[in-house]
Amino acid sequence: MKELRLMKGNEAVAEAAIRAGADAYFGYPITPQSEVLEYLMAEKPYERTGMVVLQAESEVAAINMCYGGASCGKKVMTSSSSPGISLKMEGISYMAGAELPCLIVNVVRGGPGLGTIQPSQGDYFQATKGGGHGDYRMIVFTPASVQEMCDFVPLGFDLAFKYRNPVMILSDGVIGQMMEKVELFEQQPRMTHEETIKAAPWATTGRTKDRERNIITSLDLDPSKQEKHVMKLNDKYNEIEANEVRYEALQCEDADYVITAFGSSARICQKAIDIARAEGIKVGLVRPITVWPFPKAVFKELSKKVKGILVVEMNLGQMIEDVKLAVDCKIPVEHYGRTGGILPSPDEVVENLKKKIIGG
Amino acid sequence: MSETLTRDQIIKPENLVYRRTPLMVDRPLSYCPGCGHGTVHRLIMEIIEELDAQARTVGVAPVGCSVLAYEFLDIDMQQAAHGRAPALATAISRMNPDKYVFTYQGDGDLAAIGTAETIHACNRAENFVIVFINNGIYGMTGGQMAPTTLPGMKASTCPYGRDTAIMGNPLKITELVAQLPGTYFVTRQSVHTPANVRKTKKALRKAFDYSFAKKGLCFVEVVSNCNSGWKMTPVQANQWMVDNMFPFYPLGDIKVPQDAGEKE
Repeated sequence: MKELRLMKGNEAVAEAAIRAGADAYFGYPITPQSEVLEYLMAEKPYERTGMVVLQAESEVAAINMCYGGASCGKKVMTSSSSPGISLKMEGISYMAGAELPCLIVNVVRGGPGLGTIQPSQGDYFQATKGGGHGDYRMIVFTPASVQEMCDFVPLGFDLAFKYRNPVMILSDGVIGQMMEKVELFEQQPRMTHEETIKAAPWATTGRTKDRERNIITSLDLDPSKQEKHVMKLNDKYNEIEANEVRYEALQCEDADYVITAFGSSARICQKAIDIARAEGIKVGLVRPITVWPFPKAVFKELSKKVKGILVVEMNLGQMIEDVKLAVDCKIPVEHYGRTGGILPSPDEVVENLKKKIIGG
Repeated sequence: MSETLTRDQIIKPENLVYRRTPLMVDRPLSYCPGCGHGTVHRLIMEIIEELDAQARTVGVAPVGCSVLAYEFLDIDMQQAAHGRAPALATAISRMNPDKYVFTYQGDGDLAAIGTAETIHACNRAENFVIVFINNGIYGMTGGQMAPTTLPGMKASTCPYGRDTAIMGNPLKITELVAQLPGTYFVTRQSVHTPANVRKTKKALRKAFDYSFAKKGLCFVEVVSNCNSGWKMTPVQANQWMVDNMFPFYPLGDIKVPQDAGEKE
């Protein structure tokens, strides 16, 4: 039987973590995502499934608690918002280097600095281009609904374990705070000790007589070994790029023009497309669901048949760089963005499509 | 041609009074001659062997000279970011209550960059052991001033000696964590003489037993030398430690359980 609930995005991500069989959540309060920790504390998942929930002393401690738990082969999650995610970047880099699975939720607010508590998509570069130090990548999902906040949790855990890599859900204050109907999936059991050893034979589950000791580290002082390690990581990233690209294309079949946007901007652009179509403009929408790996191929294909692309973001131009790289100067690519916590309106999007792409 | 005697023929089991614990990996240590790290490593592994807990122990290595501790200890280990070992150990021990969990940290790692993680793990009464090696200097990065560098003591970032008016005071973090309700057993030891090595081993054994019994956080400081960083011979360094470090960081138990044992 379907289990339907009216939930905030932040509550959905928390409930999904319990149901996905997460072993632990470590967090620190920050607006606009504090409901994740509040929901988990109120739900007492340690009684429901045995899941550990702890309010850490800082975002730095929370991500390092995730490192410790992930190193034991456990399903661990943390969440925060932009300034807190900046603090987590050290730990994310270490986890990428040590090849640890972890799910990180960023409910993005405006920046730089303390910025604003209002929604933004200003952390696109941080999520997709590194953020932390070193040559690494992180799988990044961009939910555009409360339903996706829920669904990307088990998917994120699966991919984190499949590739032994951190996975981020890059949300924003709109998706985190708004309430929508959610269809919840059934409770999945947490992994037993035996299942953990099978799923994560590399983990620090205790050095038994039948194997060598397991060491979780990102350090290699020998340059040839370190280069080999980074090249191995790169092979993994290439495999992810080949297998894990996800996007949604709406009304692109007959389109003369394309709007592209992710997350809550994509929701706004759906309305913009309806308005433009009603005016007789043949426009489609491409919504990247993963922004790393980025859906390059769809933009390359579209560049052969459409006249121009408008990139709409709640920032001053970040994803547009990836779109331009994919399109490779074949057609005009322009940007429209609002920032400071202000959302672009559908009418503004249509107006900018006309001004920057159709009339341009 | 004389017959070559085997190891077992030379060392008869009935004559064996001491051996290297098999839980120390059979490879040369990377530490400087005279350094205390190797001794403390061995003591921890001897205790794990006595507890028959190789399969039930997870250790956390820091950033610093002992960053490569996992190369020498034959147990599952994690290497932490600088200062974050207590955060890792918090998660490990909470999700694996059947395990012995310990962190192994130097003064820069534990008492400077990791002060917040140290204090909060202690205050939450996490059930793991912190082994804190205090030699008053950053060894691995080349002898810079540490949070525990003594007033007037020279280091590469205080080449004329630590001027407390400018550089602040040394942090007695062990006395500080002893004040917190979450610590159960807090002690300061050393490994510069056989008698002190035995005392340190006793203290470590208690710490492992208490934390495994979920009594709360157990904190074992070992005041150690750094002859390379201090630019002394090993013998000079040990003497300097006795003359200068011990008066500032006096050895002995700082917090003993109310319900067990008397002060040593």
